[in-house]
Amino acid sequence: MNLENNNKENLKDVVNQALEDQTIKHVKLNKIGPDKANVDKLTKPSKETRQEYWGKGLTAAAILLIIILVVSIIGFIAIHGLATFTQNHVNPWKFLTSSDWDPGAGKNFVGAAPMIVTSFAVTLFSAIVATPFAIAIALFMTEYASKRGSKYLQFVVELLVGIPSVVYGFLGLTIVVPFIRNIFGGTGFGILAATLVLFVMVLPTITSLTVDALKAVPDHYRKASLALGATHWQTIYRVVLRVATPRILTAVIFGMARAFGEALAVQMVIGNAVLMPSNLISPSATLTSQLTSQMGNTVMGTLPNNALWSLALLLLIMALFFNFLVRLIGRKGEK
Amino acid sequence: MRRLNSKKISFLFIAFFLITTFTTACSNSSANKVTVMGSSAMQVLAEQAGNDFHKDHPDSNIIVQGGGSGTGLSQVQAGAVEIGTSDVFAENQKGIDASKLKDYKIAVVGIIPIVNKGTGVKDLSTKQLADIFTGKITNWKQVGGKNLPITVINRSKGSGTRSTFEGLILGKQKPMKAQEQDSNGTVRKIVSSTPGTISYISAPYAKDSNIQKLSLNGIKPNEQNITTNKWQLWSYEHAYVKGKPNKMTKEFLNYLLSKKVQNNLIPQLGYISINAMKVTRDSNNQVINN
Amino acid sequence: MHAKTANKIATATIYTLVGIVVIILIGILGNILVSGVPHLSWHFLTSEASSFQAGGGVRDQLWNSLYLLIITLVISIPVAIGAAIYLSEYAADNWLTGLIKTTIEILSSLPSIVVGLFGYLLFVVQFHFGFSILAGALALTFFNLPTLTSNIQQALEGVPQTQRDAGLALGLSNWKTIRGIVLPAALPGILTGVILSAGRIFGEAAALIYTAGQSGSIISFTNWNPFSPTSFLNVMRPAETLAVHIWRVNTEGIIPDANMVSAATGALLIIVVILFNLGARILGNHLYSKMTAAKS
Repeated sequence: MNLENNNKENLKDVVNQALEDQTIKHVKLNKIGPDKANVDKLTKPSKETRQEYWGKGLTAAAILLIIILVVSIIGFIAIHGLATFTQNHVNPWKFLTSSDWDPGAGKNFVGAAPMIVTSFAVTLFSAIVATPFAIAIALFMTEYASKRGSKYLQFVVELLVGIPSVVYGFLGLTIVVPFIRNIFGGTGFGILAATLVLFVMVLPTITSLTVDALKAVPDHYRKASLALGATHWQTIYRVVLRVATPRILTAVIFGMARAFGEALAVQMVIGNAVLMPSNLISPSATLTSQLTSQMGNTVMGTLPNNALWSLALLLLIMALFFNFLVRLIGRKGEK
Repeated sequence: MRRLNSKKISFLFIAFFLITTFTTACSNSSANKVTVMGSSAMQVLAEQAGNDFHKDHPDSNIIVQGGGSGTGLSQVQAGAVEIGTSDVFAENQKGIDASKLKDYKIAVVGIIPIVNKGTGVKDLSTKQLADIFTGKITNWKQVGGKNLPITVINRSKGSGTRSTFEGLILGKQKPMKAQEQDSNGTVRKIVSSTPGTISYISAPYAKDSNIQKLSLNGIKPNEQNITTNKWQLWSYEHAYVKGKPNKMTKEFLNYLLSKKVQNNLIPQLGYISINAMKVTRDSNNQVINN
Repeated sequence: MHAKTANKIATATIYTLVGIVVIILIGILGNILVSGVPHLSWHFLTSEASSFQAGGGVRDQLWNSLYLLIITLVISIPVAIGAAIYLSEYAADNWLTGLIKTTIEILSSLPSIVVGLFGYLLFVVQFHFGFSILAGALALTFFNLPTLTSNIQQALEGVPQTQRDAGLALGLSNWKTIRGIVLPAALPGILTGVILSAGRIFGEAAALIYTAGQSGSIISFTNWNPFSPTSFLNVMRPAETLAVHIWRVNTEGIIPDANMVSAATGALLIIVVILFNLGARILGNHLYSKMTAAKS
């Protein structure tokens, strides 16, 4: 307290000193006079600082909320998912590599390998198919089309997000599956059908994020490139796409994330048979399709139920893996 | 405008927390609330019955949810819902202590094997059906149909329909690994459009001219045959209650078992009234003539 | 010469790919609308759903969908904007921020059924909300927050640094710069994020089956008391949305006109999303021109 008073006195001295030192007198300061300088006001945090605290606090609260959310969901899934290994004594290695899935029959029949392979395959294939299309649309919207044309295209693409996955599932069931059956034979259910359905489902996500990425490339890059005599395509390929690569990769992760987590639509066209997929048109099952179709038929706390939570946990870990992988690629691309 | 922004945000935060606390406080107080959860087959029935019941009891609040038999049983056991509905006996569901639950059998539902129209098969023996689902028979010509590979669509593991089917047809044999579908509607769609498929669905969903219903050993799956157990593929629709039901739950259960529901609503939906059954069956599939 | 040929080939490829996608899009939307719109009628929009007879409508489901969407957005937009501002403007560029961003991305890949079950065990069972709009809205918030946050964050990061420098040079605080300059400038991007997530919310079924429920409980549109169980405004009543209705009619519905109801509901859903999309855009443009100096 004493020190503070002392400081204030000092400050008063400083102000007085400053007033005396002026070579050209400041009109306003002269009017106030050296003794009237409001030290209290000068030493208090300014209005701007208070705003800053307020803003930072508010946004930090929001992020804290999300962190709590994330931690609680992850913790929740981990607790349930690990119960398979801690309570039911399933061998984790067997869980990952065995292809015998019948948790109702006991702890030796909890092998998730077919679903892991299928989930990976479906996600990867749909991202591979969708990305060129998404980049083409995004380039068309940002580099080729008129403002109005791109607006219409964006509108239609965004509309696709609003179609419920059930509807996609049934479109897949009535159009894609028979189509594959007629061309490749078999029943039509399988990875290929799921890939084609997911391709349409992840397209809007990847496209709109890619558009954002391309729009974020400063215009003077393009102008500089064109001024050097580069063709439109050279500019796009050598400059625009290179600059936007990290963000395009993020767009792809989000698309893959959606494909990974999609359940209802995939479940209808994948065939839902827990078998190691031998080819692209044999019925198989993904982690999510099993999760969705089995959840309602199991009892909380029993092995079949815990095994499903383990699938959810696996999904989480695999998403993590994907994320790191793409980040790594992104970092390399930046160099 | 700009100044409003932060105030707006904080206002929303506060409003949200107020709503949350308030609703948490008052949601426990509704004594007339009866939540029915579980088997999707029972959902339609309970929902319609609940709406009719509400007309006579305006203060009642019947909430009906699906979620599957397993969910229904585990939630009623946990005390989260008043009535848990199920297609399977609680005794047969792992993780459920059946002695704590009281069973009300509401209705009976037939289970009917269906095939795609192009197979050329309308009748199978029980043995043939079992051999198809265990993978011993793989072509329709082995059972007198066309030369067409058989595609088996099984139902989800643990679902009431599948437990009943496997218990009655396969016995101890292990089914082959096959495609699995959860819902009656999806199975019906797949079977009607995919050549060579076989599956089984609940009777109310089988009223469809795009699929071929099978008869077993020459017996047709009609009401007459089910009530006498000549058609063995049927199961009960159970409503389980934990402990002593409260007044409204009791009244609603009585309503479900009343003549009004049993003689009108249940047959309309394609189920069979519990009163029409001439036999009873216990959880070990032992059948007793009444 | 070579570069020009490459240019031509690339342009042609891009146009072809776009053409293919446009055909697919029109095919899908056309398929849904053509099969559904003929069944849409005033009767369909204004009557209750039926459990087993033909001729039911979707009045309650339509209202529930809109109500749930509004509540979810009211809860999630402020939180997402706050979190996004923190991440893009305040957070230091260190491993912690990286970790937060990564977890948010991962969370968005969780299957909605897991989010739904989490919401079910937490809100419906633990907090005794019961199957209710509120539980559904909170589950949807969970499911929506990660995507919305990172979309908004991207929109904020897309605002040129010069804009912020200009604000700071005027002596504004960081917070005031964000609120007065960065947020309005990022508005179109934020809006796109909101529209995308609104579409997802509207079409979401799996997360709602276990939280908002799938019941056709009776509601009255003349009962304005939000605490009465039959009031349409009550947030504690169970509510079936359009997407859940489609799912249920298709999978377990036994109404004879299931195909028709599902097609019509699908078309209705698309039309509502279109209307919402247009409305949000008009509102956004209006706000944008009001809050910034830009003329649009």
